[in-house]
Amino acid sequence: MSTRVPLPYTPKVLELFRNPRNLGRIDDADAFAQAGSPACGDVISIYLRIGEGDVIEEARFESYGCAANIAAASILTEMVKGKTLREAWSVEWKEVADELGGLPPVKRHCSILAVGALRRAIRRYYGERRPDWLPESLTSVEKQALEEEEMIERLYGRGTLR
Amino acid sequence: MSVRDLLRVHGKPTREVYLDNENSGWVPKEVVEAMLPYFNSIGYGHPSITNRPGWEAFEVLEETSELIAETLRGDKEDVNFVHSGTEANNLAIVGSAKANRGKGRKIIVSDIEHYSVLLPAISLEELGFKVVRAPVDERGFVLADVLSELVDRETLLVSVGMVNHEIGTIQRMRELVETVKDRNPNAIFHTDACDAYARVPIDLSRLDVDMLTLSSHKILGPKGAAVLYVREVEVQPILRGALSSQTLWPGVENVPAIAGFRKAIELAFNDLEEKVERMASLRDFLIDSITSSVSDCMLNGPSGRERAPDNVNISFLRVEGEALTVELSMRGVYVSSGSACTSRILEPSHVMLAIGRKHEEAHGSLLLKLTRYHELEEMRYVSEQVRESVERLRSISPL
Ligand SMILES: Cc1ncc(COP(=O)(O)O)c(C=O)c1O
Repeated sequence: MSTRVPLPYTPKVLELFRNPRNLGRIDDADAFAQAGSPACGDVISIYLRIGEGDVIEEARFESYGCAANIAAASILTEMVKGKTLREAWSVEWKEVADELGGLPPVKRHCSILAVGALRRAIRRYYGERRPDWLPESLTSVEKQALEEEEMIERLYGRGTLR
Repeated sequence: MSVRDLLRVHGKPTREVYLDNENSGWVPKEVVEAMLPYFNSIGYGHPSITNRPGWEAFEVLEETSELIAETLRGDKEDVNFVHSGTEANNLAIVGSAKANRGKGRKIIVSDIEHYSVLLPAISLEELGFKVVRAPVDERGFVLADVLSELVDRETLLVSVGMVNHEIGTIQRMRELVETVKDRNPNAIFHTDACDAYARVPIDLSRLDVDMLTLSSHKILGPKGAAVLYVREVEVQPILRGALSSQTLWPGVENVPAIAGFRKAIELAFNDLEEKVERMASLRDFLIDSITSSVSDCMLNGPSGRERAPDNVNISFLRVEGEALTVELSMRGVYVSSGSACTSRILEPSHVMLAIGRKHEEAHGSLLLKLTRYHELEEMRYVSEQVRESVERLRSISPL
C-alpha cells in the first residue's frame, strides 16, 4: 500500500504557469463569468468572444489561485478555442485534469472551478434563450462552484477583496 | 507523473537563495564533517552495547547532552534523544498525559502550536482528556491572564511554544510558566523550543518548565536528531521496543546525526549574541524593503525584540501564496506559505486565523526564515524578486 502523498504539480502545470496561454481579459467579451472566492484562495474568470454559429473565436482567462489553478484555466481556454458553445459545454473537468498530465485529488477542484466558470459564462450568454442541449438545472460542476462561494460567504462574509 | 520531469521543467536557477529554513535546510560543511567519522571510523556501534564502538557512540550521547545542558543551563541527565521534533512533541504530550492519567483531564495548548503539539493533544480526547486551546492576541501572544482563567485543578498539562514557528512571536515565557504554576503547582508545563533554541536566550535555571523540545535541523544541524528535555515529571514511552541507552525511547539512537547536532550547537552558540544581532538586522532590512516596495501587504506577528531574529512573514493581498512560492522557486528564491493550497488539508494556516487574519490574507502569506549565513546583498535580491513575483501574479488575477 502506498501512503505517499502525490506531488501537487505536473511538468505541464509548471510550463503553463510559466507561460500561460490566453491570459488576460477581453474588454468587450460576448460572454464572461467568474467562479470561486478569494476566501477559498481561488477565483477564475473566463472571457469568450463568440462568432458565427456560436463558435468560440477567442477564449481568455484570469486567475487568482495556485499554479494548478492558473494552468487549468489556461488549458481550458486552449481546449475550447474553435469549438462551438455546445461542444465547449461538454468538456468535463476530468478532461482538463488529464490534459494537464493528471491532477492529484488536492488539486482537482482547480479543474472543476475552471469548467464551472466556463459553463457559467455559457449559461449567462444564452440567458433566457437557453438551447435544448443546455440543461435547465445546474450541473454538478456549476453547483460545486456555487456551493463553495455560498459556504464561504456564510462563514466569513463577503471577501474584502472584491 | 515524475518528479524528475518536474525538476527538468523547473530548471536550475543561476542564483539561489534558500529561505525555507522553517521547513528544513542545508547544513554547514563543518557539521557534515563532524558526522562523517561516525558512519565508519568511530562510534558506529550501538550505544547501549558493551563494546568499544558502542561506547564510542555512547560518548557522543554523553557529550552532546552535556553541551545541550550547558546551553540551556540545565542538567545533562534530563536530555533524551529522539529522531525529530515531531517525535519529541508527541512523546511530551502523549507520554506525560498517559503517565499522569488520574491527576487531571484537562490539557491546554495554545491556539498557534505546531501541529506536532496540537494533533497529539487532540488525539488524547479519545482517551477522555479534554483539550482546551488558549487563544492568542493579534500578534500571537498568549496572555497571562487569559491562561490564568483556563488553568484549574483539573489541568494536567499546558503546552505553549517558546517561539512561534510561523510568525516568530517570542512568548513571555517566565510570566506564563509562573501563572500556570501559581494556579496549579502540579500542572506540567511543556514548551516547544524548536524555533527558540540558538535564537532567544533560554535559561532553565530560572524557567520552571517541565519539558522542552529541541530539533537539530531547526538550528542548521542534520535531520534525524532531536531532544525532549524532561525534568522531574513522569513520562511514558510511546514506542515499544528493545531497550536503548535511554528508557524513554527504544531503538538505536541516530549517532551520526547527534554528532552533527553537537557541531551545529557549537557553531550556533559561538558568539551567539553577535549572530542574533546580525540575523535581526537582516530580518528588519528584508521586512522594510519588501513592505516599502510592494503595495497592499502586511507583516504578520510582532516586530523588533518581540520577534524571532530569523523570522519574516508577510501577507500580500490579491496573491495566492502557493503560486508565489512556485514563482519564486523558478527565480531561485525558496520560501513557503500559509496558504490553504500548500497544506494537504486545504485549510489556511491555523496560526494566521488565530491571530485574526482573514482567509485571503492567510492565503497570501509568505514565510521567509533566514540564517546567520545570509548576506545583505541576498536580502536585496530576494526583496526585488518578491516584488516582481507579486506584480506578475497580480497581473494574472481578476481581483
Ligand atoms: C516549532 C516546531 N516544532 C516542531 C517542529 C517539528 O520538528 P521536526 O521537523 O524535527 O519533526 C517544527 C518543525 O518545523 C517546528 O518549527
